[in-house]
Amino acid sequence: MIEAIRTALIVGCVLAALFFTLVSTAGVLRLPDIYTRAHTASQADTLGAGFGLAAVALSLGWETATVKTVLLLFFIFITNPTAAHAISRAADEQGIEPWRPDDDRSDLRLYRDSQENGHIADGGISADTAGDEERQPPEDGGTNR
Amino acid sequence: MSTVFPETGDLVTDVFLVGAALFVLLAVALLYRAVKGPSTQDRVLAVNVLGTNTVVVLAFLGVGLGESSLLDIALVYALLNFLMAVAISKFTVERGGVL
Repeated sequence: MIEAIRTALIVGCVLAALFFTLVSTAGVLRLPDIYTRAHTASQADTLGAGFGLAAVALSLGWETATVKTVLLLFFIFITNPTAAHAISRAADEQGIEPWRPDDDRSDLRLYRDSQENGHIADGGISADTAGDEERQPPEDGGTNR
Repeated sequence: MSTVFPETGDLVTDVFLVGAALFVLLAVALLYRAVKGPSTQDRVLAVNVLGTNTVVVLAFLGVGLGESSLLDIALVYALLNFLMAVAISKFTVERGGVL
């Protein structure tokens, strides 16, 4: 009885992990700009990994390896949103404009326009545009060409 | 394979192995963003999500194949993944005020 409940819980956790990771993958592939992608990567993917590691911990039972799995789960719950935050903050420091709902440019076009506005240096590592006065957002709400 | 974790049945082993295979498929789909993504941060984000998927795949394989040492590898990989994301996002900005 207990064994059947545990097997059902393990299968359910693996299915939930697959579902949330599928949502996260679809978001990273389909969403329009870096900030929304960082959002789905920090939330849906963390939940997917949490469910997967919970299934692993359930199937291991009381062992030393379970302690490692719970540590891994805790670690991923802390570090994954932090990494996504750092990445999107780096994108903001580089001056990549966020996508707006009335904007029908593609993400490549958006990136090129941010580049032409002088926010981003060509090589990706900006030596001259990192000053504070160059990081102001454009006045007309990002709709300029 | 049931000598290390004697209480895991055959069904659970199969579920973990098939789950690991599907996670690998999702990770391959994520490679599109890592190749195509316009900015450096898009690529770093895609590789970060891919690394999280790799950690889950390693844990699944550890249970499915009965190799508990794969969990140690997963722990180290999660650490290196976080370090990679923070370091690259810090070094793409000149005055790194990221963290």
